Amino acid sequence: MKQESLAQKVHIDAPLLLGILALSLIGYVVLYSASDQNMDLIIRRSIHVTTALVVMFAIAQIPPARLSGASLWFYLVSLGLLVMVLFFGEMGKGAQRWLGLGPFRFQPSELMKLALPMVIALHLSKDTPPPSVKKVFIVLLFIIAPVLLVAKQPDLGTAMLIAVSGFAVLFIAGMSWKLLAGFAVVALSSAPVIWNLMHDYQRNRVLTFLNPEQDPLGSGYHIIQSKIAIGSGGLYGKGWLNGTQSHLEFLPERSTDFIFAVFCEEFGLIGVLVLVSLYLFIIARGLYISLLAQHLYGKLLGVGVIAGFFVYIAVNMGMVSGQLPVVGIPLPLISHGGTSMMTIMAGFGILMAVHTHRRLLSN
Amino acid sequence: MATLTTNIHVEPNSNLVHNRIYQTAALILVITFLILVQVFYLQIMRHDHFTTLSKSNHIKILPVVPSRGLIFSSDGVMLADNRPSFTLELVPERVEDVESVIDQLNRLITITPDDIERFRELRKRSRRFEGIPLRFSLSDEEVALISVNRHLLAGIDVVASLSRYYPLAESLSHTIGYVGMIDEDEFEKLNKSNYRGTTYIGKSGIEKAYEGLLHGHVGYQQVEVNAQGRKIREIYREPPEPSKNLYLTIDASLQLLAVQALNDRRGAIVAMDTRTGAVLVSASSPGYDPNLFIDGIDRKIYAELLQSRDTPLLNRTLQGKYPPGSTIKPMLALGSLNLQVREAGAETWCPGWYSIKGSTHRYRDWKREGHGHMDMVNAIAQSCDVYFYVLAQDMGIDEIHRTLTGFGFGAPTGIDIGGEASGLIPSTQWKREALGQPWYPGETLIAGIGQGASLVTPIQLVMATAVIANRGKLVRPFLLSEVRDSATGQLVIKAPAQADKTIISADVEDWDLIIHSMEEVLHGKRGTARGSGAGSEYHMAGKTGTAQVIAIGQDEEYDEEEIPEEFRDHALFIAFAPVEAPEIAMAVIVENGGGGSRTAAPIARELLDHYFYRRKAAG
Repeated sequence: MKQESLAQKVHIDAPLLLGILALSLIGYVVLYSASDQNMDLIIRRSIHVTTALVVMFAIAQIPPARLSGASLWFYLVSLGLLVMVLFFGEMGKGAQRWLGLGPFRFQPSELMKLALPMVIALHLSKDTPPPSVKKVFIVLLFIIAPVLLVAKQPDLGTAMLIAVSGFAVLFIAGMSWKLLAGFAVVALSSAPVIWNLMHDYQRNRVLTFLNPEQDPLGSGYHIIQSKIAIGSGGLYGKGWLNGTQSHLEFLPERSTDFIFAVFCEEFGLIGVLVLVSLYLFIIARGLYISLLAQHLYGKLLGVGVIAGFFVYIAVNMGMVSGQLPVVGIPLPLISHGGTSMMTIMAGFGILMAVHTHRRLLSN
Repeated sequence: MATLTTNIHVEPNSNLVHNRIYQTAALILVITFLILVQVFYLQIMRHDHFTTLSKSNHIKILPVVPSRGLIFSSDGVMLADNRPSFTLELVPERVEDVESVIDQLNRLITITPDDIERFRELRKRSRRFEGIPLRFSLSDEEVALISVNRHLLAGIDVVASLSRYYPLAESLSHTIGYVGMIDEDEFEKLNKSNYRGTTYIGKSGIEKAYEGLLHGHVGYQQVEVNAQGRKIREIYREPPEPSKNLYLTIDASLQLLAVQALNDRRGAIVAMDTRTGAVLVSASSPGYDPNLFIDGIDRKIYAELLQSRDTPLLNRTLQGKYPPGSTIKPMLALGSLNLQVREAGAETWCPGWYSIKGSTHRYRDWKREGHGHMDMVNAIAQSCDVYFYVLAQDMGIDEIHRTLTGFGFGAPTGIDIGGEASGLIPSTQWKREALGQPWYPGETLIAGIGQGASLVTPIQLVMATAVIANRGKLVRPFLLSEVRDSATGQLVIKAPAQADKTIISADVEDWDLIIHSMEEVLHGKRGTARGSGAGSEYHMAGKTGTAQVIAIGQDEEYDEEEIPEEFRDHALFIAFAPVEAPEIAMAVIVENGGGGSRTAAPIARELLDHYFYRRKAAG
């Protein structure tokens, strides 16, 4: 038996941690510029990062067996909280997403981002892959319930994230291509039906959602300005603190959802390549951990977490660079905002747990 | 350590799962590549283009708001106008410390806490570079004060804009409604882009019902701005889609006369063209001044309006619910003929009271000494209560219910601005379901003279009157007659001619008889409103009504002088004219006005005179 290193004893995966720290550091640098050197924001971010790291370490200590045992309960509680949001939720920015617990407020939809892959991984890990058709349909119900609840809030971006992390687990578990194609056909063919059921104003919103540049006074404005920011950055960027788009306040939401545009403007394509490499490094490490996991639950959950992480990145970059409609999704580890950072770090905690509790099993 | 794996199925080296992980990795790489291609395209291929844009930036996109459509009456009187006014706006982006600037301004002109609160609300949903209104309708003096101190007030603009004005003020407030600042709820629901730059939205009446037409569709302009955010030149302009002007069916001169006739008493007058359903008069009294609501009404004034016992905010024509009293007698008479419960010539003896067999309770006639022998025509003309007690008893409450709902009572008429009350026409089923009680025979008698639980709205009364005038054909009341493009004046929509839909079929002789008896009300020797019919050049058909507000005890006298005003009877009158070829129907209600013949009928006569003489004068 190999000697356990210190990192393994404290259940830390060093490469993953290094990647996370490097990205967080970049986050500080961009936020400092995007916020017009606002120290308040930097301090708040420090609190977010520290808390999230503590949560990650704590979760990394939990053996995956324990996690899998709690999966169903965790899912049911999260689902219950989502139902509660429907009735007692607090409004914010036109949607009912928040649940107040004394002085605290939180979004149960964040819990669901982890609870759904967990429960699906549990459900599918009891049999040898590929899963039976019956199982696939049960999993489908697991996915549909929270997705509908979150979409009703309405928070389409998060609903989509949750759905993708659920389907990712199904896919990894070996669901047949035929079924997958079947789902795609059903989803596509139900679209016109839903379209017919919608009110005119709802249709209008969907149209603007799909083609924001048609609406230069609304969401199209964001895209026009963020494209100017990215494009004017060029190969090397305008340099740190020198982005005009951002500092002259043309760019909206620049410390949160549109922070990628600030980054592109100031650090150019070179910066983007470095940033994307770091993300790919974390993703590769996560997939590697999943490959090495000795139990199916760990494999499935590991890829579920990484898939969720990647969807965040892809949707955010796609939206800021004008390839995807504007949905309010932050850039993980870079954007300012405590809630999503917490969920992402908790996900990494799970990955670390899967990896570092491994040797115990191989005995 | 194998125990740890109890609920985890160990699947070493599953090829399927590993293949899927590799496929996932491949997909991630492809998507990442696509994103990088787009960033490469923007940053390398189109770098020059975007650099120019970013340097010459600075381009802003500003909304171009269409001016709100105007509203006119059918006789061309302006009912809702846009007047130039000056608004004080603050651009947060150009102000260091918003609070201190407001303080500074407050030393020059008055800025109330309400203004500040509204400003904060608006600020939440505006962009930093957009001007946010802080004070509306500045006086010339205030504009001058601010111009003089301009150098001290960076980020403050005085903007000329249009604000709504209602020239008729109280006289048509309920129908036109008013616009007001868009509130939080409305903001969430509306198309945010279309309302960028718009401050007002229709809150009630026509202004609300036809908001879409009156607002138009916003355009936008791309402008180049300098470092201070001032507009230098316009680069591109997408003009707004102009709003629409509305032409209502309301006859302003008749409307004003109606309001004058009500003279601030509580009450309502509705007049309608019996041929089309066009509402000519919709007066609800007392009114309120809609101009007070536009920029947010003063709290004290609003509280007074809300708490006033005259309920000026209530649109009585659509929402006022009144016992119909004797006005429904002609309809019940027609129902009894249709059901063959009565023959027109059959007489009922009226000694001044009526009792149900086996009961000693006396249901009294309004005429203590009684009317004597009454046939149907006389019973309607003289409004004999005993005749209708017996008739109601013979019909039964459920047939009464069927007859009256057949005339449109008990349901909204469907007028285009909505917000109507349904009123109530009682039935055994209603009483069982709503009150859980059986129906008592005495209640049928009361229902026969339009008392008890029955409640109708003035608009329902006028529609039912028009059904009689049209001999069973229904025309629905409506207010919007034409829609014209505000820029070109081109006709866009015209109210469609209504299909003649017969809702009550009866024999020609029966209609003749009912209409004749209503004519007798005004022109007969003993008609209850003969005073109002006397000497007119045209013939009217009508029916008076006096609705009790409180029950009068068995042996009590109703003495108007001794009863507090709010307990006095409501005066009602319905009419249409000319009898031979009806054109106009009317319902008049004066709350606590005493008798219908004394108070309500003369008002109808005055309005009808105006309607016919004016037309004659016009040739």
